[in-house]
Amino acid sequence: MKQGTGKMIISIASGKGGTGKTTVATNMALSLGADVTLLDCDVEEPNAHLFLHPTITAQTPVSTFIPEIDEELCTGCKKCAEICRFSALAVVGQKVLIFPELCHSCEGCMEVCEDGAISPGQRDLGVLESGNAGPVNFFSGRLRVGEAMSPPLIRKVRTKENESRTTIIDAPPGTSCPVIAAMKGADFVLMVTEPTPFGLHDLRLAVEAVKVLGIPSGLVINRSDMGDDSVRTYAASEGLEVLMEIPFDRKIAEAYSQGITIVEKFPEWAEKFRSLYHRIEEVAGAKETAE
Amino acid sequence: MIRELVIVSGKGGTGKTSITGAFASLGKNTLLCDADVDAADLHLLMAPEVQCRSAFMGGSLAEIRRDDCSQCGRCRELCRFDAISEDYIIDSLSCEGCGVCVDLCPEGAIDFPIQQCGEWFISDTRFGPMVHARLGIAQENSGKLVSLIRQESMTLAEQKGCDLILTDGPPGIGCPVIASIGGATALVIVVEPTVSGLHDMQRVAELAAHFKVPGLVCINKFDLNEEMTRQIEEYAVKRNMQLLGRIPFDPLFIKAMIAGKNILEHAPESQAAKAVIDIWKKLVSSPSMNAMGIKDLSQVIQ
Repeated sequence: MKQGTGKMIISIASGKGGTGKTTVATNMALSLGADVTLLDCDVEEPNAHLFLHPTITAQTPVSTFIPEIDEELCTGCKKCAEICRFSALAVVGQKVLIFPELCHSCEGCMEVCEDGAISPGQRDLGVLESGNAGPVNFFSGRLRVGEAMSPPLIRKVRTKENESRTTIIDAPPGTSCPVIAAMKGADFVLMVTEPTPFGLHDLRLAVEAVKVLGIPSGLVINRSDMGDDSVRTYAASEGLEVLMEIPFDRKIAEAYSQGITIVEKFPEWAEKFRSLYHRIEEVAGAKETAE
Repeated sequence: MIRELVIVSGKGGTGKTSITGAFASLGKNTLLCDADVDAADLHLLMAPEVQCRSAFMGGSLAEIRRDDCSQCGRCRELCRFDAISEDYIIDSLSCEGCGVCVDLCPEGAIDFPIQQCGEWFISDTRFGPMVHARLGIAQENSGKLVSLIRQESMTLAEQKGCDLILTDGPPGIGCPVIASIGGATALVIVVEPTVSGLHDMQRVAELAAHFKVPGLVCINKFDLNEEMTRQIEEYAVKRNMQLLGRIPFDPLFIKAMIAGKNILEHAPESQAAKAVIDIWKKLVSSPSMNAMGIKDLSQVIQ
């Protein structure tokens, strides 16, 4: 937790896609209202804006370093190609070829070039959208279609975390580097799953990933009456507290399909999402005291 | 000629794996490939018996040998990923594996061991051979693993004389998806009729258009929002994607999953099963899936 402020960073993750991360993130943000920032870090497929309908006030292009070669200065010494572990540079004859999409922006090539022939260029990663949805501060990353690497854009979105506000992060599905980028440094990871074999399998993977990071976590079971008990049994065995259950309701599903949140459709749910948030504060606080 | 059908969606949880699993019952001489290496689930329906297991070696990560380190600070200055702490410990989760610190450490005190990033398997299932993988937790290189198992699927299909590969793809549009769709014969895009389903499908279709791949669209849980279903179909037609059909919302898919079966095995008489069979018939007779495996450029996503 940010020292002394009591404002938490909560990352909402799942392993499996389509379990309800965005539903939980947007409903919690709307229920808390003031002093909340929502970061949509599912930059490959950002969806939070479809439910929050924010007014977007700025769209900032985000780019990353790629090398640019000055052919006049280049002597064809190949040092740049030798240090590059990603095969983003190749020297053919005296000419350096650059494959921008393979570059990981380590800048090693620029460091080792003795002729000053490499200068910083840019590869477009996508855009960072900023705006407001009522009292909620809204930021969303939108990866350029065709761009393979999402973590640098996710990290850029996360620079919008603000110590004086509660931050809710809508994370991407999976368990690899993009999810890690969306969870690292959070105070709490709220996992959302469905009580099915696929939901359970991917939840296990997500729990392992959270363990690697050492962040306290808890669980929301969505469509909680459509499946079996294996997720609950697993959660109990892992000491993972079930913080909320959302039963399947065709009216909720139909509202979702139109971009309408649960709290808009059923205002009584706002209190439940506020309780969820307070329980998270307690669990995260207890964990911190224990340490 | 071996054809490869890749099932994608953009948005997660629209039913890719349940539908891939059902297609496995319908295809003859088919090989299964699970390219969602990050959160692979197809094996939960297929009960694969692993015949061959191999390590997946990904990139290398830097490690400082403390005894040889003079704490000069050069590595910390060079690292663009903030992976090296003030007391010269490298955070393996932040290390990008670029090796710049390794090459430029004045003391030569940094090792760069190659990492095992996961495992991949060749298995037998009741529907034929299957190639699948498990990416290690919190690992990179998922695109590289996807490329590897697609290549291995192709090799195995040649050996076994299979003429169709069914590849269950990952969600999203990033590196594992890019690695899943290049060179595919056609994509099946499974969409749910929601604002997010449409939004995410548009992005994956845009990506697929770069690769000049034919796209075939099926709508799952169509009856949750029929107006949205129509919008998705309109969009698909506009982008030259063939409509395969609609599958109703049906909790039987979850019951089948719990039983470790696909919908055709679990509830062959259900409306959902019938819809999947109709979709399959359209799919195999689609011009983009012609037996010669000739790419029909008139079919690609525009």
